[in-house]
Amino acid sequence: MIKRLSVKNHETIAKDTFALVLKGAPPHKPGQFINITVPGEHFLRRPFSIADQEDDEILVIYKVFGSGTQALSEVKIGETLDCLTCLGNGFGMTKHKHVYLIGGGVGIPPLYYLAKALKKHAIDVTMVLGFNTEADCFLIEAFETLGTVIVATLDGSRGIQGTVLEGLKDHTVNYYYAVGPNPMLKALTSIYKDGEVSLEERMGCGFGACMGCSIKTKHEPKRVCKEGPVFKVEELVWKT
Amino acid sequence: MENLKVTLPGMVLQNPIMPASGTFGFGFDFVDYYDINILGSIMTKAITQHPRYGNAVPRIAEVTSGMLNAIGLQNLGVEEAVNAIFPRLPSIYRHKVIANVSGSTVEEYVAVIKALNKVDQIGAYEINISCPNIKEGGMAFSVDETMASYVTKACKAVSEKPIYVKLSPNVTDIVKIAKAVEAAGADAITLINTLLGMRIDVKTRKPVLNNIYGGLSGPAIKPVALKMVYQVYRNVSIPIIGMGGIMTKEDVVEFMMAGASAVAIGTGNLVDPMICHTIVHELESYISSLGFEKIEALVGVAHG
Repeated sequence: MIKRLSVKNHETIAKDTFALVLKGAPPHKPGQFINITVPGEHFLRRPFSIADQEDDEILVIYKVFGSGTQALSEVKIGETLDCLTCLGNGFGMTKHKHVYLIGGGVGIPPLYYLAKALKKHAIDVTMVLGFNTEADCFLIEAFETLGTVIVATLDGSRGIQGTVLEGLKDHTVNYYYAVGPNPMLKALTSIYKDGEVSLEERMGCGFGACMGCSIKTKHEPKRVCKEGPVFKVEELVWKT
Repeated sequence: MENLKVTLPGMVLQNPIMPASGTFGFGFDFVDYYDINILGSIMTKAITQHPRYGNAVPRIAEVTSGMLNAIGLQNLGVEEAVNAIFPRLPSIYRHKVIANVSGSTVEEYVAVIKALNKVDQIGAYEINISCPNIKEGGMAFSVDETMASYVTKACKAVSEKPIYVKLSPNVTDIVKIAKAVEAAGADAITLINTLLGMRIDVKTRKPVLNNIYGGLSGPAIKPVALKMVYQVYRNVSIPIIGMGGIMTKEDVVEFMMAGASAVAIGTGNLVDPMICHTIVHELESYISSLGFEKIEALVGVAHG
């Protein structure tokens, strides 16, 4: 769907990291994303995961990386944004009674919406969240209302020093959901075989038309935007 | 809508608007947005003899007023197209489509056409001799008059439908190539394909695209495309389907005034899935405001 969503709130929550609340959205599944036309001379839309949804309000948490996200960060409350909504497949539900949600950096936001949905299904969640430094941390207090949270920072300024892999030491991971940079996901999926990961890729359209984000999987090529962004671990083949 | 009707070799289109190849798949990703039956036709995603994954990602890079792509003709191959895709197409689109035929050798183009000839819904073939993103050939055919002529003749010899040849703008003299394919029996010309370009990521100090080079498309290339349509129109007598950066009804009219009998909208579909729908609905009143009743009267008027 194409929707004009109005900005209800927009604030900084960590270093270069913003929380944007948009009103007027149709219902999204955890793991789905929206594709936003950012202001100014930016030709392509920018895809963002949904960090939370309540009624018709969605929360988008993003980090400023380039000129597109910089332009988005300057959008004011009351302005509207042109969005393609309800994109991608979203996370699956699981029969496990306890699962791990593993996130790195700006990959973390969709895990919050997922954690809330899992709790509604009476599934217990343990979060393992990796950041560069304490200044980059966000959403930790919100996650703590939903289950145990293990924080790892690369410089050790908060929680365990190291990556999410260090955070997972001494844990038995039966099933997990993970979002984050590819090196993190590659390392995780080489150790833990039963779970789902959400991938990021450069996209042209976000809804399946351009084939720009196609990746090879075990059986056939799949579009990250359409058949993904969530994939079962056993489907994935990583480039060497 | 009768006033928007245009005629191409082998096909009558209810309007001159169609999505360009590679930006619309076979239409299935757009039915959530609108009823695609309003389109004049559809230029399908490229079809090759065998399945192709294409190039490794990243395959997309944004540029000022456009984008670069290096998809590399990802498709399921002609057998899957005939057995699994075309049988489902009438459920979402009832008019004739233009099948984009791609290959790396002349034999491959011929094999694809032979396999597609039995598909009734194909009204014509768009012979893609201008894809810049595959190493083994593709664009090589459209930068050389002899090769362009050779592949056109070979396709024409086995085709049971009209042949539209898609030309590359990455040439010194587009008119020479256009004349060569006309002489070889092409029923129409479609132009332009993308212009070769690249971008470098200053942080990693490497090209953004895994393929290094990609095809530039979008509004950035519109003046180049328009000029080539205008130039080719002066020098050939077969119809032209114009494309390259069309985003608005005004762009459509410019291309038709330059000499296009119909137009294709490509990259615009990716940023606005409704773009073809919007333009089809605006077109009749817009040409009327310019003093034209029938859209076919626009074709080539810029030539005086």
